[in-house]
Amino acid sequence: MKIIVCVSHVPDTTTKINLTADAKQVDAAGVKFILNPYDEFAVEEALRLKEKNGGEVIAISVGSDTSKEAIRQALAMGADKGILVKGEKSDSFSVAEMLASAISPLGADIILLGKQSIDSDGMMVASMLSELLDLPAASVVVGLTIDGTTVRAEKEVEGGKEIISMSLPCIISAQKGLNEPRYPSLPNIMKAKSKPIEEIAGSAAPSRTLVVKMDKPDKKRIGKIIKVEGNASASTAELAKLLHEEAKVI
Amino acid sequence: MNILVYLEERNGQIRKPSVEAIEAAKSIGATAIFGVVVTSNATALVSEAVTRSGVSKVYVIEDARFGNYSSRATGKAIAEAAKFSNAEVVLVSATGRGKDLAPRVAVRLSAGYVPDVTSFVHDGGKLVAVHPVYAGKANTYVEVTTPTKVYSTRPNLWKASKELSDVATIENLSVNFDEKDFAEKTTELTLSQGKLDVAEADSIVTGGRGMKGPENWGLIEGLASILGAATGASRAVVDAGWRPHSEQVGQTGKTVSPTLYVAVGVSGAIQHLAGMSSSKTIVAINKDINAPIFSVCDYGIVGDAFEILPLLTEEVKKIKQ
Repeated sequence: MKIIVCVSHVPDTTTKINLTADAKQVDAAGVKFILNPYDEFAVEEALRLKEKNGGEVIAISVGSDTSKEAIRQALAMGADKGILVKGEKSDSFSVAEMLASAISPLGADIILLGKQSIDSDGMMVASMLSELLDLPAASVVVGLTIDGTTVRAEKEVEGGKEIISMSLPCIISAQKGLNEPRYPSLPNIMKAKSKPIEEIAGSAAPSRTLVVKMDKPDKKRIGKIIKVEGNASASTAELAKLLHEEAKVI
Repeated sequence: MNILVYLEERNGQIRKPSVEAIEAAKSIGATAIFGVVVTSNATALVSEAVTRSGVSKVYVIEDARFGNYSSRATGKAIAEAAKFSNAEVVLVSATGRGKDLAPRVAVRLSAGYVPDVTSFVHDGGKLVAVHPVYAGKANTYVEVTTPTKVYSTRPNLWKASKELSDVATIENLSVNFDEKDFAEKTTELTLSQGKLDVAEADSIVTGGRGMKGPENWGLIEGLASILGAATGASRAVVDAGWRPHSEQVGQTGKTVSPTLYVAVGVSGAIQHLAGMSSSKTIVAINKDINAPIFSVCDYGIVGDAFEILPLLTEEVKKIKQ
């Protein structure tokens, strides 16, 4: 089974975001980068499919040399080799195009990726790959069963779940809950250093969007704090009154 | 500028987030707003669609195969309607299905796409969409540079109009679907009975580690039920297995913007604050006066949640009567 997993390199969730002086992007200075948390579920699922069916797992990422760290992380978890598609991540549509042109010649049986990157929060690459590669896809998947070439995916939707049926080859975007990702063992981290990462140049149409500027939300809050000092019922009554009369939310 | 709005169906009705998207279209300043419905049984849906205020024409794409929802075929249908109606802008609400459909429409139209838009601004004749990134830690202002533009709009931010009108005309469109377009299909949709989803709820009561254990969630649910709110959970609580991931609010959960957000026993880690800081009114209940949640709240109460929750539930009940 040829299994492709797309990974991206993103700032850690505990990061405070600062903008560059021109306010057009996030200042990467001092920011700790990690493998996108949703991609961990995709890598884990890829490894489980390989363990069950044999074959190989190829981790692929778009970006500059620093994106190799996300690939190394996937290799340390157990992926066999990596591909770095060199290109500018200016627009997720371009990223999807670069991934599609790199994946297309590989003859993949299944392509896995996280449901979204926690930096750009676009949730669009899986669906775009489905159109660009002309393959069926299920996104935001929390359960996956593959029997022969028959695929049954459980997708999380508002207030419930959908079951999606399709055949291999297909695309799956992973949601938390799909599995419990493994931690890379020390020997595997060492081994990952010698696994091959092929570099290719990305090809995509010019960016279709332009970031005019960025800012940080600065919503002013009322910040009225009530301390319960012995009389919880009086404090609670006061809070309820404020919500009703001042905030008018109940 | 012609704007096409996808009207999503659930259980034979048009979903509220799609009606909100019509209001988003009005906020952009459309010359004409068209709706598109894609369905296996048009009758009921179309008679609802034509009553939506602001919509001047409803395109109907009907095919028996849509008895099982298919995202590829639906995306193709919307793209065809966009071409046919000369729409410059296509709006899809950023629901579970919408977030998957809009990028498909963008690829089919080779159009630039901005996801999960929270507002539109005009900048010297240019349409700029605001898209929160890093779960709301920052906003990007994005201009689409292609002639056709696709956006998904975040639910709950535009107020769905209750006004009805009956001026819309109906136009049936036939689209040539291949079997391949239906290569994946949704065979089942199970909804948890009567449960509101955090991403769509107008009020949310979220419990954190301070609730001490899943057995105490009755207190959270009690307040939520009186408020007509959904229940949310912090990451710590979900990771501990107390609550399902579908309730998680924050950077690795859902980003929410309700009118009222009540955080109970939630300390307020950066990744949690990111996911809920665009709420209109934030209430925090916590024992620890130094908890970061108090720095972002409108109203805070420093005290024991186990004492306060039942009292607050009673107070709200009194007001509601």
